[in-house]
Amino acid sequence: MPEVALRAEGLEKRFGGLRAVREVSLDVHIGEIHAVIGPNGAGKSTLINLLSGELGATAGSILLRERPVGRLGVHHRALAGIGRSYQKTTIFLPFTVLENVRLAAQARTRGGLRLFGSPERDADLNANARAALDQVGLSGRAEVAAGLLSHGEQRQLEIAMVLATEPKIILLDEPLAGMGTSEAKAMIELIRSLKEGRAVLIVEHDMDAVFSLADRLTVMADGRVIASGNPEEVRRHPAVRAAYLGEEGPP
Amino acid sequence: MARGALTSRLVAVALVAVAVALPFFAATYYLQLASKVLLMGLLAMALNLVVGFGGLVSLCHAAFFGLAGYVLALTSPPYEAASIWITLPAAVGAAALAALVIGALSLRTRGIYFIMVTLAFGEMLFFFFHDTRVAGGSDGTFIYFKPLVAIGSLPLLDLEKARTFYWVVLGLTLAGIALLVVIVRSPFGHALAASRVNERRARSLGFPIYRIRLAAFVISGALAGLSGYFAAAQFGYVAPQMLGWHVSATALVMVVLGGMRTVTGPLLGAAILMGLEEFLRASTEHWKLLEGLIIIGLVLAFPDGVRQLFDMALKPHAFPALRRMRRPAVPREAGNA
Repeated sequence: MPEVALRAEGLEKRFGGLRAVREVSLDVHIGEIHAVIGPNGAGKSTLINLLSGELGATAGSILLRERPVGRLGVHHRALAGIGRSYQKTTIFLPFTVLENVRLAAQARTRGGLRLFGSPERDADLNANARAALDQVGLSGRAEVAAGLLSHGEQRQLEIAMVLATEPKIILLDEPLAGMGTSEAKAMIELIRSLKEGRAVLIVEHDMDAVFSLADRLTVMADGRVIASGNPEEVRRHPAVRAAYLGEEGPP
Repeated sequence: MARGALTSRLVAVALVAVAVALPFFAATYYLQLASKVLLMGLLAMALNLVVGFGGLVSLCHAAFFGLAGYVLALTSPPYEAASIWITLPAAVGAAALAALVIGALSLRTRGIYFIMVTLAFGEMLFFFFHDTRVAGGSDGTFIYFKPLVAIGSLPLLDLEKARTFYWVVLGLTLAGIALLVVIVRSPFGHALAASRVNERRARSLGFPIYRIRLAAFVISGALAGLSGYFAAAQFGYVAPQMLGWHVSATALVMVVLGGMRTVTGPLLGAAILMGLEEFLRASTEHWKLLEGLIIIGLVLAFPDGVRQLFDMALKPHAFPALRRMRRPAVPREAGNA
């Protein structure tokens, strides 16, 4: 059994009377891509926000490699090893691509908040940043302002930034949203490469992509987990067919 | 680029040389005016660390400025000069402490709420000195002697001399610029800028946004206090108006006028604003009207601050408005959070 990077147990989130996430438990393993799917309003984005710390859970626990992180704020969880992308690309638009990634590398460095010295001249930071850009294939665009990149490149950049923080688990919130076919294809390959030595949790609507990428799936509806398992098991699961995939069945 | 950087360095050296030599050819009146400009410029540059680089519009910096002045007034013995070694650290420390407390509370808010909360704290301090009998209430109080700069009984500098006072203030201003440049270029400065541009992203990368902003706020408040201490010493007088929102707003105008994205822009803004007032006041009774119109004109002509004139002249290829004609515009910093 591969190592568990992130474990959620009995996660619950209430917004007033609405139970957006109810008693969700899941494990994300190192070396695996774990996809969370479900119809709109199933609570997938809420789940990601609970895991990254943007929302506080009403109940339940979150363990990052057996360390409870459920009470930590966003930046502490980031430092503990949770990296994430957002549904809407969230990068530093006016800064260059390299500056964006360098900031990411800086965030987790000792002395990352020193009042003297210069990150621009910091060889380690630059090397880490360049390595992350290499991995996503943006090396050639290092000096371009992030705001001038195409949509697909901006999403690549966001992933490079997450990589530069050296996370143990990466949470991706609809990484393929708004992408053209060729862009999406490249992104799928990039996502596949992320699981090497890390755990990846992905929320995505593109079912072809999900079934080609995921090693494990969790299906949510109405805030609840209605099925989980490997793609084959999920595909055959009657509750999934009824609640989510409809009459046609999955591809 | 290298040539532009060299030229701008030469211009800076020339400006500093002229500033240092000023006492040799300027009358005392203008020397005092120049000291005032430098001190207001220091206040505006301090404010700009949080406004321009941190993206936090504070309306309470006059409180730090005035508080330091009041500390000097209150710690000065009535019939002799106070020692600068005691009163200066006390004044700057008090300003930093006030910034720590006010910042810790107001930085829990964002945007317009932050502006309002800082304004409220600033006014609170204003009314504290206005409505109580501390240091003369609404009348304020005098500081009869400038602080004493001496080791033991050996006087080092005589601040009563306008010329010496000016040089000391000039030295502090240059030190303030150097400090701010180092901070802005440091990892901390980059993190501060990152939290301005996209708070959510900065946070999820692992930056402790609240602590970064609070640290910037305290540094900024301490520098404002430094300026206020010498301003009080120069005027020989402190009054509650020194802490009022009017001074905060004036400093903010200097920041916007000079340029928010550079360290020295606000100093230029102070020079322009105060020079303008000096000139207009002598020429017409309705100088406020003219001043307002000129400020509006300058801000419209130089939305990124008058400081950009220098960049335009020295590094035309790096000038965004000129570049924009050839390339698609870089999206402005509204952020995408």
